[in-house]
Amino acid sequence: MLNPISLAFKKAKQENRAALLTYTVAGDSSKKQSLDILKSISKSADILELGVPHNTPVADGSQIQTSAYRAIKNGIKMNDIFNIVKEFKKFDKNKPIILMGYFNMIFQYGENRFLNKCNSSGVNGLIVVDLPWPENTDFAKKCKKKSIYFIQLLSPTTTKKRLKKIIRDSHPMNYFISMLSTTGGKLKVSPKSILKNYTKIKKINPKKEIVIGFGITEKSIGKLKSADGLVVGSAICKEITNSLRHRQNPVTNVSKLVKKLKSKIL
Amino acid sequence: MKLRKNIPLIDQVNKFGFWGGKFGGNFVPETLKKPIEDLEILFGKLKKDKRFIEERDKYFKNWVGAPTRFIKLKNLTNHVGGAQIWSKVVSDANGGAHKIYNATVHCLLARRSGKKFIIGDTGAGYAGKMLSMAAKKFGLKCKIFMGAKDIARQQPNVKAMKKNGAEVIPVYSGSQTLVDAVSECMRFWVANCDTTAMCVGSTVGPSVFVRICGWSTSQISRELKVQLIEEFGSIPKKLKLYNCVGGGSSSFGFWNEFMDYDKKQCEFIGVEAGGPAKSKKHAAPLTYGSKIGILHGALQYVNQNSDGQIEETASISAGLDYPGISPLHCFLKDTKRARYTAASDEDALSAFKTVTKFEKLRPSLEPSHAFSVAIKEAKKLTKDTIVVVNSCGDAYKDKEILKKRLGKKYVKPN
Repeated sequence: MLNPISLAFKKAKQENRAALLTYTVAGDSSKKQSLDILKSISKSADILELGVPHNTPVADGSQIQTSAYRAIKNGIKMNDIFNIVKEFKKFDKNKPIILMGYFNMIFQYGENRFLNKCNSSGVNGLIVVDLPWPENTDFAKKCKKKSIYFIQLLSPTTTKKRLKKIIRDSHPMNYFISMLSTTGGKLKVSPKSILKNYTKIKKINPKKEIVIGFGITEKSIGKLKSADGLVVGSAICKEITNSLRHRQNPVTNVSKLVKKLKSKIL
Repeated sequence: MKLRKNIPLIDQVNKFGFWGGKFGGNFVPETLKKPIEDLEILFGKLKKDKRFIEERDKYFKNWVGAPTRFIKLKNLTNHVGGAQIWSKVVSDANGGAHKIYNATVHCLLARRSGKKFIIGDTGAGYAGKMLSMAAKKFGLKCKIFMGAKDIARQQPNVKAMKKNGAEVIPVYSGSQTLVDAVSECMRFWVANCDTTAMCVGSTVGPSVFVRICGWSTSQISRELKVQLIEEFGSIPKKLKLYNCVGGGSSSFGFWNEFMDYDKKQCEFIGVEAGGPAKSKKHAAPLTYGSKIGILHGALQYVNQNSDGQIEETASISAGLDYPGISPLHCFLKDTKRARYTAASDEDALSAFKTVTKFEKLRPSLEPSHAFSVAIKEAKKLTKDTIVVVNSCGDAYKDKEILKKRLGKKYVKPN
């Protein structure tokens, strides 16, 4: 059976559009609420990235940091995150889920135990921000054995030679970081130049799905829609923060935002 | 896991930057792979380049003020009654602490790489102060990231940084101390690595930063070796080197040249920050058996919970208030080359009182931790044992804390 991540890309291609990937932090602002958010956006989003909050994140901007600290403060633990995935999969078993986080969380859980738990709860892919290629070679192989995609990150600083090697070793999906920035930075390069870089990467192996992320908002998403997939994270985390501040329901507000994002790439 | 002889410890890494295959490495976002690789190539080339070494030595001598003094603490020795207590007064260095060595080398490297901006983290404020001094000297624009809590408790150094023209950026996330300052600094580098050089303030961070810092602070033991031979005719038969350990830059630098000596002749004692006596919080991962984990790009012993969240630390000394520890020290602990222990806040304050009572030396709260253990152990040692404590920082920056905890008479205008 094909990994649900690949099926999601296939479906989006059939509809002649980019796949929409959302990122929310597990346990933000509570275990129940983050599950409710996943359920409410699963109709509009094609792939759900679920952030594993960590308290020394070296690549996240302020929005995701705020969400992560909130989730940790509210007591989220690794096992709760697997439970959220499990509960969600009871609701929508075909919707792919990717866990995204930092390697220490996996290291402490134990690589094998972590991957077994991913399998039993229904995780389809992993993004490990601070485990770059080639350091990730062994772990990526372990993921493959469990039919979990290990998603490689590619950046504007990645040299061409390195790009080729990473893509050669990569699983069917890769993630292109749009610009030099932490997550949620202001888009400091034009969508046109992002797409130019994207095309260069795509040419190396057109069969690999490449999604673009970092700094994508309601404003910019439409201009990037020719990509295989687009990730929106910080904008959603910001929506949760704002909803809480205004004592509004984050679930309905995030759901509305994701619908709007989807409408921009149709 | 084994320590090798005749190879500098900073070079005893495998191709992924690990010591003993287990500590260090490069757990960094993809964006930083290229700038780190560039820095590795540059540093690898320059540390073998005679002209670069001459340049470094010229600045160390004429600007930093090498060598710093090596003095006998006669009154303290008489008071304690046991081993001879000596001090390497590294706080003599320009700016008042050992952080100047690493800051100078990073600015020299930044200049060679054509970068116009340099950023750095700081806890006690010394790393930041020295980087701001060096940046000014070498014409680089400088930003310093510092936890909001540390800004409040180390004002003299904050003022110095601003005076040197650096922008001090307060970090409000997490515990608002050094750990968050390093994270924020790395995040800034992720977003600006095309124009900006990063200086990590201690022997922590991705592998190359550990190596650059260790290479720089090793100046301390190069000087000490010469001074010991001048004083005693040879390296003493019983030598004990005491140093506080936070990230581990001063202690590594203080020990490096003596690495190949038998530990029976030349023992290394690292003193971590045990935190307030009545608190469970501490900054002593090696002493209190913390588990191995990843912090700021490197595998190391680090204070963390069972899930892998980094735990908050507590220490009276901002410079030691860090949940992790250099991979170099993890390696030295596991190979049993160095011995590690901890002193509490109260121990450090009491040692500060003792040292200042008997000597014209005002160690900051960080080396006061080392003095605490050195004084206790010296009592039980024979007269032919040479105890040397690295007084790696000056207490001027601690004046507010000292006033609050010990009273006005312990604060001297500087």
